[in-house]
Amino acid sequence: MAWTRKHLLAMRDLDAAEITLLIDTAASLEEIATREIKKVPALRGKTIVNLFYESSTRTRTSFEIAGKWLSADVINFSASGSSTSKGESFIDTAKNIAAMSPDVVVVRHSSAGAAAILARELPCSIVNAGDGAHEHPTQALLDLLTIRERKGHFDGLHVAIVGDIAHSRVARSNIHGMRKLGMTVTVAGPPTLIPPYAQELGVKVAYRLEDAIRDVDVIMMLRLQQERMTAGLIPSLREYSHYWGLTLDKLAVHARPDVLIMHPGPVNRGVELSPEVADGPYSVILDQVAKGVAVRMGVLFLLAGSKGAGENA
Amino acid sequence: MSTPGSLLIQNGRVIDPANQVDAIADVLIEGTTIKRVGPKLAAPEGVETVDATGKVVCPGLIDIHVHLREPGFEYKETVLTGTRAAAAGGFTALCTMANTQPVNDNRSITDYILDKARTEGRVRVYAIGAVTRGLRGEELAELAELAEAGCVAFSDDGKCVMNADLYRRAMEYTLPFGTPVISHAEDQHLSKGAAMNEGVVSTELGIPGAPAVAEDVMVARDILLAELTGAHVHIAHLSTAGAVRLVRDAKARGVRVTAEVTPHHLTLTEDAVRAFDANTKMSPPLRSKRDAEALIEALADGTIDCVATDHAPHALSEKEGEFDHAAFGVVGLETAVSVLLDRLVRPGLLPLPTLVARMSRGPAHLLNLPGGSLAPGAPGDVTILDLDRELTVDPARFHSKSRNTPFAGWTLRGGPWKTIVSGKVVSG
Repeated sequence: MAWTRKHLLAMRDLDAAEITLLIDTAASLEEIATREIKKVPALRGKTIVNLFYESSTRTRTSFEIAGKWLSADVINFSASGSSTSKGESFIDTAKNIAAMSPDVVVVRHSSAGAAAILARELPCSIVNAGDGAHEHPTQALLDLLTIRERKGHFDGLHVAIVGDIAHSRVARSNIHGMRKLGMTVTVAGPPTLIPPYAQELGVKVAYRLEDAIRDVDVIMMLRLQQERMTAGLIPSLREYSHYWGLTLDKLAVHARPDVLIMHPGPVNRGVELSPEVADGPYSVILDQVAKGVAVRMGVLFLLAGSKGAGENA
Repeated sequence: MSTPGSLLIQNGRVIDPANQVDAIADVLIEGTTIKRVGPKLAAPEGVETVDATGKVVCPGLIDIHVHLREPGFEYKETVLTGTRAAAAGGFTALCTMANTQPVNDNRSITDYILDKARTEGRVRVYAIGAVTRGLRGEELAELAELAEAGCVAFSDDGKCVMNADLYRRAMEYTLPFGTPVISHAEDQHLSKGAAMNEGVVSTELGIPGAPAVAEDVMVARDILLAELTGAHVHIAHLSTAGAVRLVRDAKARGVRVTAEVTPHHLTLTEDAVRAFDANTKMSPPLRSKRDAEALIEALADGTIDCVATDHAPHALSEKEGEFDHAAFGVVGLETAVSVLLDRLVRPGLLPLPTLVARMSRGPAHLLNLPGGSLAPGAPGDVTILDLDRELTVDPARFHSKSRNTPFAGWTLRGGPWKTIVSGKVVSG
């Protein structure tokens, strides 16, 4: 099949064939990382702007390396968040960037829907690099690529996503992607961190870590943000890590020996993951980071490459 | 609102729920008041006539929940533009909320608003005073003086008076004035940070949601306070099935509670938020389909007393950015009649006479306003509807200063044809 979308905004929009095409494309570009000269001319003469309204080191760097390995001109632009009272608005900043004729704008923003709004307002292709608690599609794609490489397939796999599901764009994008590819998903965390009506997303819900990780193929641990305590959602970091932190002991007792441990980073060592687990044999966390560059190359290639860039939103 | 003369509206279908009239008839306005309603009235000499054949003639429609924004937010709306929008939308009277800048919490602001209305208003304007100083929820505004200045009700609309003791005292203090308190029922702890309804859509979109119970618990509180004090509490923009149930039960017990509903809560659901268009963001938020169905049923059976638009104009810059940062509220004056005729009356969900009642007699009755009736001696305020008129909602053509409607592009059948205030045609 051919890629026909102008933008990559949300995993919810994609069907299984489109997700597979994205992952396959990324996989085919993966070997560029192993070359002595890490550069192919696929996007020569194309301009990509990383428009980041929210700070991010790894995602921005990952997109930047991906664009550069494909020979695109990559510009990083850090904008302050919404500030209609002081200075330029979110839309104005984006329109000013768009006036310089980029081919792709990669946008990261703390507000849900920011990428969709720019897709409506700007003439170029938009890649959502994370919008609030809504979606983070390239993260889901790199997670899927990592899983496929380790497990060889998707069908029938069972994944537990553990932690602050309510505020996680990574969880949302992965839930959509995994479900479409035939995987079973369990989300787990204290009830205050599970979003209302979670079951209606087609997932199972568990309220004990031990229940969630039993017999699953993959455990994806999410980062816990400190502000969840001040918002009254959990009593203390100490209590959270006691009940929800993943340790080697818990893995040994409850999980399968071939389980994969994933984390979108950055890891709160000693909170959701003990250092032994983060660095241990089950962990594929650095694999995920490596796959991230391949996935972003694949996405940029499909959106901005000479073939395949369609007009359909 | 002067130029007395005579106006004879001929041969329309006259629907006057206050007087149980639904028949082909003429309406004669003499000077500024209704003179007579009846079939084939003789035309007095020199009378101006309007041929309303095929049209629906009703008492002037009244919107008791409007934000005219003046003074202070003239870039959003003014008395002039807001009342022009009202006239174009078929409304002959409106009540304007107190959250201006400065807040309408003292007599001089009420005087200012009513004076502006006298000189620039295209329709009748009534002022609603603040319950608390500066809408801060801390101490009572000078309610007696506000009532004397002409405020017809009291509300901190936009904010909820969270202090139950203070709200109780407001109800007691205003009892002798016959002015209801209007409750913006929202527990601001339960709705903290929310930009839409809490439900499966908010979960999918990752937008913080306000649960329906944020409204329900306050409706319950205010009903209990009304029961305690004997005061009349009016619930603004009712939006949940739970609140409908609470109001229905309270009315059955004889509590003095009334309620209004907006056109957008009747015809839209949280699904509309999926496009991240801030014109679907308001407070209370668009709710579930089940809630909307309960609201329609309650409007039909009289649990909800009236329709009110909660016309809340905002500039484009306040609505075009990020969804969670955008201002709450939508305009409604120029779309209400068409949306309700097309989406409720045409499919048979609400009888036309009921809609007319909920937009004329209903609001007039609960705030003791003149109008809402075509009885002889009533104000010469008449709205004529054209049920066959087809239109596509085009915000660029609004008379309002603001364009923030969730109905842009909707194709609708039926709408206001002429708006008559004190015997004078102000629109159409």
